[in-house]
Amino acid sequence: MNTERRGLGFWVLAAFFTLFVLFLYGPLTTIFILSFQGPDGGLTFPMNGVSLRWFQNLFETQAVGDFGGSFLRSLMLGLMVMATTIVVALLAGMAFRRPFWGAGPLFYTAIASLIVPSILVSLGIGLLFQVVGVRSAWYSSAFGAHLTWALPFGLLIMFAVFNRFNPSYEEAARDLGATPWQSFRHVLLPLILPSLIGVGLFGFTLSYDEFARTLMTAGSFNTLPLEIYGMTTNVTTPVLYALGTVTTGFSLLIILLSLLGIYISQRAARRRARA
Amino acid sequence: MSEAVADAVLPAIDVPPRKRFSIGRYASYLQALPLAVILGMFLVLPILTIVMVSFWDYDSVQIYPDFILLNYEETLGSWVTWQTYLNTLRYTAIVWALTLVIGFWIAYFLAFHVRTATMQMVLFLICTVPFLTSNIIRMISWIPFLGRNGLINQSLMNMGLVDRPLEFLLFSDFAVVLAMVHLYSLFMVTPIFNTLMRIDRSLIEAARDAGANSWQILTNVIIPLAKPGIAIGSIFVVTLCMGDFITVRFMSGGQSASVGLMIANQISVLQYPAAAANAVILLAVVLLMVACILRVVNIRKEL
Repeated sequence: MNTERRGLGFWVLAAFFTLFVLFLYGPLTTIFILSFQGPDGGLTFPMNGVSLRWFQNLFETQAVGDFGGSFLRSLMLGLMVMATTIVVALLAGMAFRRPFWGAGPLFYTAIASLIVPSILVSLGIGLLFQVVGVRSAWYSSAFGAHLTWALPFGLLIMFAVFNRFNPSYEEAARDLGATPWQSFRHVLLPLILPSLIGVGLFGFTLSYDEFARTLMTAGSFNTLPLEIYGMTTNVTTPVLYALGTVTTGFSLLIILLSLLGIYISQRAARRRARA
Repeated sequence: MSEAVADAVLPAIDVPPRKRFSIGRYASYLQALPLAVILGMFLVLPILTIVMVSFWDYDSVQIYPDFILLNYEETLGSWVTWQTYLNTLRYTAIVWALTLVIGFWIAYFLAFHVRTATMQMVLFLICTVPFLTSNIIRMISWIPFLGRNGLINQSLMNMGLVDRPLEFLLFSDFAVVLAMVHLYSLFMVTPIFNTLMRIDRSLIEAARDAGANSWQILTNVIIPLAKPGIAIGSIFVVTLCMGDFITVRFMSGGQSASVGLMIANQISVLQYPAAAANAVILLAVVLLMVACILRVVNIRKEL
């Protein structure tokens, strides 16, 4: 296949793919440009000059509500979900490498967690906390709600990893007299580290951007997506776009750092495997 | 992503897995316990709570433990409910069809036309990145395009194709479907791409040697082998669309209804038992749809 000349099909599909990428990135690019709108500019083109007015506006508390506070809450929550997802998905992924009683039902529950509509999880957790008499808060109920979305994804990634994991590395470690902990710490962990970073990235971004599952579970303080949604109903200036640019820029930074981490740990693992 | 990572990390040596020794009998249970506890607390218990509360009574102030069927009677007996379900199913069908076509051809292009693994990875990442950013912001970002004075209307008027701005672009069913396709198409691309990558290329060679043309290879070899991926993608898209409320609320400007939105509205006026009954019905419908997809395609091999 690799030696053939490019046919018509290739060019048609390549054009389609390009259109798809434009479709994905075009809107984000426009709000990025419009966030530099001049002081008198509106929500649409044309640009009325160029300014940083709307970014300044973002940090004046009275203009856009509690941007700083909601950002910090979302950041903390994202980190909590990330850490929990990595640990719990890794442990569960290891458990599923051997058959155990209840493996089937547990697996199907995890899959169900992806299928159940988010509004149900939100409503259910909200009601549960209310019935039990515990106050909802972003660090308890919303944390749990986000885990029902992030954990199954982490678990599926771990399945993919362990399906392809070659057990002879661990066997070699055992044959050389390593304890289970040593074989985990010095053999398994370095080899799957790139995938664990991927799991962490999913855990963080799924939580950082989650709206529906937070709606009924955040308690009295908003997370960032709730704050942004609140703004869409009463803010009619480009400060909305400035906020979009800043939060998207932050997401992109996290993705970039994760990819860098994956690349570095992958190289280290490859060196280790050769050595 | 992880699979490509795993592939790159691990040399392909096939050794049959051997039984582990020296690990305590209960290690699996201890390792699986955190997952089981979290899912039990934040998925199973909440759903049981919804089922329980759906039989409760309520007034404008509070909800009361009870066992009444009134919430279900009111929900199922209301014409609005049926219309809302119909509307939600309509969105789901259109978005499913569009994401299926888009997702399949994008995945096909990546799997069969892009030649190096690195390029495949890079292009796939380009498709993935927007899906790791906020849904709300991705919806907001349609305003400068679709708005009354947006880019599309401006260019149409400049070209003289229309003399008044088109009103149906933003805050309409069109906008809802467009945003849903924008938000959910990766959920179709990824599973299909995954199955296409696993197709043994010698099957395609064999079909070609046997005289099949490209169309026959596509319909007789590739599509049948891609079915599990198509099914998984469909499950994602269908369940996301059926439960969606935020896209419908934002992109229709409150002019269209969906089941999720109906539930969200009931929640906002504190009619929890009504919302719960509605949610139980929605869950049943969604599970039924998933069961139908699983009946048509066996995805067990993929899991």
